[in-house]
Amino acid sequence: MYNEKVMDHFMNPRNVGEIENPDGVGLVGNPVCGDVMKITIKVKDGRIEDIKFKTFGCGAAIATSSMVTELVKGKTLDEALEISNKTVAEALEGLPPQKMHCSNLAADAVHMAIKDYYEKTGKVQVAEEGIHE
Amino acid sequence: MNTHSNARRLVYLDHSATTPVRAEVLAAMLPYFADKFGNPSSIHSWGREARVAVDAAREQIASAIGANPQEIIFTSGGTEADNLAIRGVAQSLKDKGNHLITSQIEHHAVLNTFQDLAKQGFKVTYVPCDEYGMIDPDDVRKAITDETILISIMHGQNEVGTIQPVEEIGKIARERNIIFHSDAVQSLGKIPVNVDAMGVDLLTISSHKIYGPKGVGALYVRKGTKIKPQVTGGIHERRLRAGTENVPGIVGFGEACRLAQQEMPEESKRLRELRDRLINGILNTIPDTVLNGHPEKRLPHNANISVKYVEGEAILLNLDLFGIGASSGSACTSGSLEPSHVLLAMKIPHETAHGSLRMTLGRSNTKEDIDYVLEVLPPIVEKLRAMSVFGN
Ligand code: FES
Repeated sequence: MYNEKVMDHFMNPRNVGEIENPDGVGLVGNPVCGDVMKITIKVKDGRIEDIKFKTFGCGAAIATSSMVTELVKGKTLDEALEISNKTVAEALEGLPPQKMHCSNLAADAVHMAIKDYYEKTGKVQVAEEGIHE
Repeated sequence: MNTHSNARRLVYLDHSATTPVRAEVLAAMLPYFADKFGNPSSIHSWGREARVAVDAAREQIASAIGANPQEIIFTSGGTEADNLAIRGVAQSLKDKGNHLITSQIEHHAVLNTFQDLAKQGFKVTYVPCDEYGMIDPDDVRKAITDETILISIMHGQNEVGTIQPVEEIGKIARERNIIFHSDAVQSLGKIPVNVDAMGVDLLTISSHKIYGPKGVGALYVRKGTKIKPQVTGGIHERRLRAGTENVPGIVGFGEACRLAQQEMPEESKRLRELRDRLINGILNTIPDTVLNGHPEKRLPHNANISVKYVEGEAILLNLDLFGIGASSGSACTSGSLEPSHVLLAMKIPHETAHGSLRMTLGRSNTKEDIDYVLEVLPPIVEKLRAMSVFGN
């Protein structure tokens, strides 16, 4: 039911784990099936220097977690905020229709981690406010 | 089909989903596709030849459940038999009353049929179960009203394997003169199924769970029980189910029943031993695992275990890569994205239901198969737990 790319990310997930003393944490639950994902990030010079995930969920949830970490690692916070559920699903070359909702977790968790970083550091979110620091 | 990249053997552990047609059954069926192709309703020799075969199968099946051959109505499978029983009684007795009793843990073929009847205006009581997936006959007794016309409670639960106290429920139904139906699709061939001992008026059985072909099942209808046919047409099957008989399928079902009946005492004992080896092996080697269903009163081939902190589909995908086929009651595998209604009815916490793993054994399984699973599963769980938000 899953394509090769999804299975690769599921079987060999990238960036598994939890960063100690992270700059931002995103913890989201899937309201549809009850799965949970946690993203931790390290930020340096406005870029996501490191990112790790932990996921309690299905094959698609694990694969999208892995993919999203790969997509945003090294990106600026603005770039990372632009990554949507759709971007993640497309990067995985598609998910079964009944599994599209799982990809929501991944992007949401990253956005939440960035928001958490902004709140912690008192910096204003560029995309929302249109002003710098 | 997936490629089994890590598989060192192929281990099918989903016999409650379906089974392969066994060689003897296939051999019995083969002549009835082309050589002996007659329509059992025809008067000529071709027809008579097919009629003889269908009647012989009917006898084999009746004998396996302690019924008379005339009480066996062939259908396209268990689902149709459940529909015929439940809708058939509801429609034929709707002037007597409009209350129906079933349980929360029935197969969807039963549950969704009752839900449909509820939409049509019938009152339905769904009796609960305990934490082992066991129904209390007293709950059934208490649910009965003057309006009750049908009780339908399954025999062996398909997900968690719990064997229901149907004999007691049958007695209650008899005392109150209410028709009693039971779905015995999972128990046939695994534990004794006898219509008189169970006290049923209607009993559903299916061929493909006992190494017969798919597409054929039967409803036992006790003499004198009035049900309304759901498929109308010719005068087949005592006018209860129209349509030319699936002759090869019926012949295969008959042979499968005969073999199952003959081999059950020994085979069930063998399966029980293997199953216990599997259950104990997992519970003893993997921390935070629990058995779902009743520890003793369970079908001999059913193991249902929850692995906490991981999700069922993720385990299944990993097992599949090792050549092991199993199933899960997790929300993510269900299509409806709800955990199994059975685990919910047992009040199993969501996180535990999420990691449920059902392994159902069958004829092909050996001790080596079980040991292979016990070798492969722990590292899979460890790997998934390492990436889970919970646990560690
Ligand atoms: S996370 Fe539950 S279905 Fe994907």
